[in-house]
Amino acid sequence: MSEQKLFKVTIDNITTEVEPGTTILQAARKIGGDIVPPAMCYYSTLKDSGGKCRTCLVKVAQGSAADPRPVPKLVASCRTAVMDGMVVENITNQQVLEARDGVVEFLLINHPLDCPVCDQAGECNLQDLSYGHGDDKSRFEFVKRTFEPENIGPHIQLHMNRCIMCYRCTYVADQLTEERLHGVLDRGDRSRISTYISKAIDNDFSGNMIDVCPVGALTDKTFRFKNRVWFTRPMDAHRECSKCAGKVHLWMRGDEVFRVTGRKDQWGEVHDWICNECRYDKKKVSDWVIEGPAKMSRHSVISVNKYYGLKKPKDFLPEVMGGRDPKMLMDIHDVSGVNDPDIDLSAVNGPATSKTFEKKDS
Amino acid sequence: MGRKLLLDKVGIVGIRSYDVYRENGGYSSVEKVLKTMSPDDVTNEVKKSGLRGRGGAGFPTGMKWGFLAKPEGVPRYLVCNADESEPGTFKDRYLMEHIPHLLIEGLIVSSYAVGSNRTYIYIRGEFGWIVDILEQAIAEAKNNGWLGKNILGSGFDCEIYVHPGAGAYICGEETALLESLEGKRGNPRIKPPFPAVKGLYGCPTVVNNVETLSTVVPIINMGGDEYAKYGTGKSTGTKLISACGNINKPGVYEIEMNISVEEFIYNDEYCGGIANGKRLKACVPGGSSVPVLPANLLLKTAKGETRMMTYESLSDGGFLTGSMLGSGGFIVYDEDQCIVRNTYSFSRFYRHESCGQCSPCREGTFWMEKILWNLEHGKGKMKDIDLLWSVQGNIEGNTICPLGDAAAWPVAAAIRHFRDEFEWHVTHPEEAQRRNYGLAGYAEPLKAGV
Repeated sequence: MSEQKLFKVTIDNITTEVEPGTTILQAARKIGGDIVPPAMCYYSTLKDSGGKCRTCLVKVAQGSAADPRPVPKLVASCRTAVMDGMVVENITNQQVLEARDGVVEFLLINHPLDCPVCDQAGECNLQDLSYGHGDDKSRFEFVKRTFEPENIGPHIQLHMNRCIMCYRCTYVADQLTEERLHGVLDRGDRSRISTYISKAIDNDFSGNMIDVCPVGALTDKTFRFKNRVWFTRPMDAHRECSKCAGKVHLWMRGDEVFRVTGRKDQWGEVHDWICNECRYDKKKVSDWVIEGPAKMSRHSVISVNKYYGLKKPKDFLPEVMGGRDPKMLMDIHDVSGVNDPDIDLSAVNGPATSKTFEKKDS
Repeated sequence: MGRKLLLDKVGIVGIRSYDVYRENGGYSSVEKVLKTMSPDDVTNEVKKSGLRGRGGAGFPTGMKWGFLAKPEGVPRYLVCNADESEPGTFKDRYLMEHIPHLLIEGLIVSSYAVGSNRTYIYIRGEFGWIVDILEQAIAEAKNNGWLGKNILGSGFDCEIYVHPGAGAYICGEETALLESLEGKRGNPRIKPPFPAVKGLYGCPTVVNNVETLSTVVPIINMGGDEYAKYGTGKSTGTKLISACGNINKPGVYEIEMNISVEEFIYNDEYCGGIANGKRLKACVPGGSSVPVLPANLLLKTAKGETRMMTYESLSDGGFLTGSMLGSGGFIVYDEDQCIVRNTYSFSRFYRHESCGQCSPCREGTFWMEKILWNLEHGKGKMKDIDLLWSVQGNIEGNTICPLGDAAAWPVAAAIRHFRDEFEWHVTHPEEAQRRNYGLAGYAEPLKAGV
């Protein structure tokens, strides 16, 4: 691998080097910051996902070093592999921003916007997206499309009205569970997630559909209407589990465990899938070994004071102290040496510091 | 009379049966190819002929075959796209119904060229009776040694299977067609990879239209160079046009691509003029997906040249003042037709046929149909026209497959060329329910600088 030539890619004037086969979106995530396109349907740990929601569209201003022609249409960054010398424009391109605003508008016209009663509110990708790209008022003046509520099993609540058809849950069912019992029925604006003959989705890993759902279409029945996510605190925890890695987030309020989910990374993606036993049946603190507060993405409304990519303010003290970096607490501690009779304080030039009290005999 | 290459034998009684077809020179191209030519020779002949895909996009067929990846030990597939569902287009149906052996012959030759031992015809489910016709033709061809193992002792094996679709327009998009053929939900795939690299069952695949594959037969029989002498410029050969709408003689016509649009509409050999002595108002020259053109821009280009029935001439001026030859679904509107209603009708179709996979197409087609319903039924507002324009702009180019574009273009063109008719629907909501806007100035000569 070390011999492999890395591809140079420039995204919004920031150049980075990535391995061949990396997608534009992954390259942008490597750079990080504002230039990362939003992704509603792409999920790095689910094979073949992505390309459907069109929110991650970017402009390829230069195809590659060998063929510098631009790509005429906007491309889905989650499914387009980088080429050596590729130049990509995301937030620096007006056309991209307009297209993204358009897509967000499309996603919202039929979305019920029932955030006040939605369990996903506070950790909803569509909420974040509409906050960043949505308009303050709707141009859609018709009755929204609605679906009949449908029972798909004992653990998962389906709200089809909220669904944005990202297909992630179908990939979970295909790739994690033994048999996919649900899928997309019908087509066009009437397409919907369903089990067709009202089958109950009850596989060992089916609960992961809840974690991958970017909106509140699939929610946890054991957590339904129990609490708002921003009142609960995520904790990293683990337990010995024979089926899965057992690494989870416990969503706690006080000593009570309200919800168990997979551990999400900075991009809201789960890498260690958890089984239904860990998710639904282990709701006592004594079931878990708690490691500490979980790291969250900074944009989140969940305040844990422990965020990814947090930038510490610059320590300006050495600068103003002429290169000296006083350790204030230590100083105070050492000042107890003030009683040391060896030191003539009147002989000290300026205010006394810890250095004044350093033992001379060493 | 224009020269014909595909429909020249259609008039012969019993041409649908193998014996009559064979007596009239059928399957000679298969003999010629298998006995005297290599697969690359066939591809070169098609390249020389300048044949462009007849399904709508007009991509050069020889080049498409040239792109086909040829890894060792991996089968290659040829798939014939007979999922002809575009409103206004019915040429493939005519061809398959009247002279099925031409398609079978073209398929065998093309399969040989691309090295496909299993060739599929993906046919629209609604064409149930044509499935029977094709299956009978395949059985006849097989009984006479044109299909099966070691055809004519050349060592080339080929089987043809007919697969009926289940009633989705989207399955005419090549990657959705392949998904459907594999037995999955007909959602278009995200490209790249293109079918030439990873197509049916992950193997290199060529997908071609019925008319394209049938045209390979005359190309082989007469030679690519000779075929290229037909037509004009880069639009070589003949094209089937399915003419419908307010004309005296609707039907499928084979034209050599060197006649003008005016001749096609008014000549008795073709459409025979506008029905009932009315005047021409507008025309969709290539199936419902392509932009509609008003009469003044249809007969002459913006530069004042006569518009011809060719790929280049019809798209002259881009989408601002031009259109596309597309799949050849030629829909003519007379002065009594309402463009708003027509646009609504197309829009309803695309809403119904969108696969729902990507958000701009799923939600955009739904929204456009609702706005157009309001406009057509006298409930529209002036800002709705601008909204419609904005919505179609947000769909176009941002979708996975061309269906989004196909839904946006007719709306864009209708507003671009017929905006005053839309506005009249808003300002005269009640009158618009009783009568149509009429011809207005759409046939008047263009003003300079437009």
